[in-house]
Formats: sequence, structure tokens, C-alpha cells
Amino acid sequence: MPYTAQKPPRPRTADQLRREIPGWGVDLDPADRPSVPRERTDLDTGAHWDFPERQEERQPRERSIEHKFLPPVFGTSIPLKGLSGKVRRLAYTRYSEARAAHWLLLLAGDRIDAWESHLRSLAGPRPDNPLSETGIPAELHGHGITSRREGRRADLAHQWMDPLVVAGPWVLAVTGAALAVRALWRRRS
Amino acid sequence: MRAMVYRGPYKVRVEEKDMPRIEHPNDAIVKVTRAAICGSDLHIYHGMMPDTRVGSTFGHEFVGVVHEVGPSVRNLRPGDRVMVPFNIYCGSCYFCARGLYSNCHNVNPNATAVGGIYGYSHTCGGYDGGQAEYVRVPFADVGPAPIPDWMDEEDAVLLTDALATGYFGAQLGDIAEGDTVVVFGAGPVGLFAAKSSWLMGAGRVIVVDHLEYRLEKARTFAHAETYNFAEHDDIVVDLKKATDHLGADVVIDAVGAEADGNLTQHITAAKLKLQGGSPVALNWAIDSVRKGGTVSVVGAYGPMFSAVKFGDAVNKGLTLRMNQCPVKRQWPRLFEHIRNGYLKPSDIVTHRIPLEHIAEGYHLFSSKLDGCIKTLIVPNNH
Ligand SMILES: [Zn+2]
Ligand SMILES: [Zn+2]
Repeated sequence: MPYTAQKPPRPRTADQLRREIPGWGVDLDPADRPSVPRERTDLDTGAHWDFPERQEERQPRERSIEHKFLPPVFGTSIPLKGLSGKVRRLAYTRYSEARAAHWLLLLAGDRIDAWESHLRSLAGPRPDNPLSETGIPAELHGHGITSRREGRRADLAHQWMDPLVVAGPWVLAVTGAALAVRALWRRRS
Repeated sequence: MRAMVYRGPYKVRVEEKDMPRIEHPNDAIVKVTRAAICGSDLHIYHGMMPDTRVGSTFGHEFVGVVHEVGPSVRNLRPGDRVMVPFNIYCGSCYFCARGLYSNCHNVNPNATAVGGIYGYSHTCGGYDGGQAEYVRVPFADVGPAPIPDWMDEEDAVLLTDALATGYFGAQLGDIAEGDTVVVFGAGPVGLFAAKSSWLMGAGRVIVVDHLEYRLEKARTFAHAETYNFAEHDDIVVDLKKATDHLGADVVIDAVGAEADGNLTQHITAAKLKLQGGSPVALNWAIDSVRKGGTVSVVGAYGPMFSAVKFGDAVNKGLTLRMNQCPVKRQWPRLFEHIRNGYLKPSDIVTHRIPLEHIAEGYHLFSSKLDGCIKTLIVPNNH
């Protein structure tokens, strides 16, 4: 078709579609679409307060500096602790969400947290088990090889990196430690 | 109680944790009977979401039975079967009062740019999630709803995010009768978005992915035409050819942050965490929609910047629409569609895994093994 004002022809008419596809067109009228218009003030949310009662702040709770105050309700999972806690607290107290530094510090905090937690687990009753925690045994009963051979999958180009993300830092750390010990040993002898 | 806990990127395990407690008078504690692993859980599992703390419990898709309620709860009683939207929201702030439940201002100290989400990092409020035996549910009079007697529990758990989000994504596209709709991503949200596009009167629905078994599902479950982008040199050109060189009227991005298709984008976003998300699907959406068309984004992206082809969006005069789904707003209409037999959400469930084996559930889903589309988690004693 040349470039004219016509809409390209449709493969199937409305009647055909209605016959062939269950429910075709039942929400054609925007009035039947629950998120049209985007903002509606006539919905009953179930709230029976103008402003919610305040949850008790049992531990000092970090918050974005873009908030006027600590919101009345918040999650209490895993309070800040250790070095990662210091880095994360700095991200919250110093930088707004508009600053890349805010998010980069939080990501740095995540990496430090993983290290702190692994080391702490090695000293505790239940050390991290990289085999069971990565779920690798699922390769056996989940058809690891045939699943990957089926069709052409774009994610195979980077799946091999996944073990590096998990094991890479450990390999580097152990290698680094071994080199340091060897260097010390050579200096003494 | 037993709960899934995050142990660092690509690592989770099940631990004994303290029972959640009533922290606020409108809290409830819910005993989980079914939970799900969501595509967006993979972003936190891979360590892409800033402030994901070791020891936290994931899971924003769950249903269960009310175990305990706080003193101000009026609408729920212990023993009630409830479905819980993934949004945590107060029902009374500026945004909730306008129906923007996913953008609540009263539930997330850590960020103003995101609402509250169960089990989705401290950036989303620091709440533990439902991949556990019990979970704290704030604002019990606002979010949760009783599961209708006629509804299957597994359909209910899919209504807490995936189906609601797919249906919402189709609405954001402003589909008019006869429109051609392209959906990027044949995961649960993409499949439901494709299916919902028909309900809104689409004339053609095309689904794009690289996993053959998911495209098969898009053909059978969602009646869609399909394209495997791994078999196309340049998927945008081929989509143009398929739409008379005008482009699609509406394109829905149901992929989000870990999009494949461009290795550099994927590695900088998913492996090196230098972007808020790999915008491959979004860029393809911008380039394959027609001028003056609408791009709807329901894929999850992190808070950092992403390398989006914004100039193309400007020059083509596109409408870009996006949000996290305000789940409970979708329910009354979706309940009707399920009752009328237009939708059977649990048809996409491929795996049911005991909570104790959740690490393998994450690996299967992350590596897309065993034909995995949607995995449900079954807590102990169910
Ligand atoms: Zn989800
Ligand atoms: Zn609110």
C-alpha cells in the first residue's frame, strides 16, 4: 500500500474477532476501564482517617531528605548495621533521590552488606552454602541443558557470567590473600 | 516461622525468623497459603535494586488467611481468606485520594519516588514480603480484600500483581477498536497484557520475546502473532514491515530492567548496575510504534538513569504512559472477566514449589529452565 491517509487493512473484522476471541471488545468503552481516567476522587479506599496514626519508631529510621517527616507507616525489616549501615545512612542523610551519589552509595552499601554477611555467616552456626543458596541443583531436574538448547535464546550470551557474579569476588579475594601471604613469606625468608 | 531470606546476589535460603508483629493499629498478620515469584523479583535477586539488604524476605504476590488484626481494623477478622495487592498504601494521602494507590506518600520513608511494596528492598519501604509462612500487612482496612467464595486461590494470587498489571498496561495504551498492539515480553505480565488488549478491542496483537516456549504460550493462551527477536537481525524493521511501514498504534513494554537483545545494555544494567535498567525493550518500543502512537511501560525499572532514546520519542510525538499498577482498582472489573470466562489467570502457572526449595525456584525462573513461566510458592503445611 502506498503512503496514503488510509489505515492499513485489518486481517479480521470486529465480528470475526468477537467470534474467535473470548471477551473481545468487552472493554471497548473507556468507561468500562477501571484506570480511565487516571485520577479519580470518587473511590472508597476503606481508610477511616484523614491522616493515619503513627507507627512507633522503635529504632532510628533512615529516610529520604525529600520527605518532610518520617511517614506514619514504614517497614521494620533489617535495620542499618555495620559498615554497610554507615554507607547507607550517608546516602540517606546527605543526598536526595535526584543525585546519582545517593543510589551509587546505596549500591556500594549492598555490596559491602553481602561481604559482611558472608563473613558473619562463616563465624556463625549456619555458614553460607553457595551451592544450595544459588539453587544450582535445579539444573539437574530442570533440564538445564535441553532448556538452553531449545530455540535461539538471547540470554545465553550472558548467562555464563552469572557464576562469575557469585564466585568472582571470592576467587579474587582468596587469590589476593594468597599473594599477600606469599609476599610476606618471601620478605621474611 | 520459616521464611525465604536474601543472602546476596543470586543467593537465597530459607531460615527460621521471628514472627512478624503488629506495628501499627491498622496492621494485620496474614498466614500465607500461596505466594508467587515475580519477574520483578529477579531484579532484587540479582542485586540490581539499590538498598536490598541481606536477610530481607522477598515476595509481593501472596494470598492467605488472616491470623491476627490490630485494634483499629474493622473490615477483616482472623480466619478470613484474603488476597493482598502488592501495593502498600494508606488510602488517605493526596495520591491515594485520587486513586493512585501505587504512589502512596505515607508508607515509604526511604524514597518519595516509589510507593510501598511488600518484600521489594528498602527503596520500596523496607517491608518483609510474603515468601514466608506469615507476613505483616499494613493498612488492613485498605489493601486486602476477601477472596470471593467462587474464586480459586491460584487465580487470586495472580490478581495481586501479574494479571492486574497486564490489564493496566493495556489500559495505559488507550487502545481503540482495530488498533495494532505490540507487546514486548511474553512473561506473565506480557501474556496478560496481550490477552487484555483483545478485551479492549485490538485488531491485531503481536508478542515479541526470545524464548520459544513462551511465544508458544502467547499463541495459544493469548491468541497473538509472535516474533522471536533472536531470529531477526533487526526486529524494529521487521515490525515495521508487519505494520505496513507505519508502525504499531500501541506498544507495551512488559520486560523492564533486564531486557535482552543488546549485550552492552544488558551488561551495563544487569551485571555492572550502572543503569537503572537495560532499556532495550523500551527503545524498541519507541522505535516500532507509529508516529503519534502510545508506548505503555509496565516493566519494572530501578531508580537510576537508563540510556533511553528520548529524541525518537520527541520527534515522533509519542505519548509515553507508565506507572506501577494500582492493583485494587482493577479487581471489580477483573473479577467479572474471570467469572465470565474471558480470563483464566492460573493457566500460566507452570511450577509449584515448596517454600523450603525456593532457592531452586529462583534459579529455574532466573535461568528460564524447564519451560518456566510462573512459579507459585507453597508454604509448609499446605
Ligand atoms: Zn510482581
Ligand atoms: Zn496514601
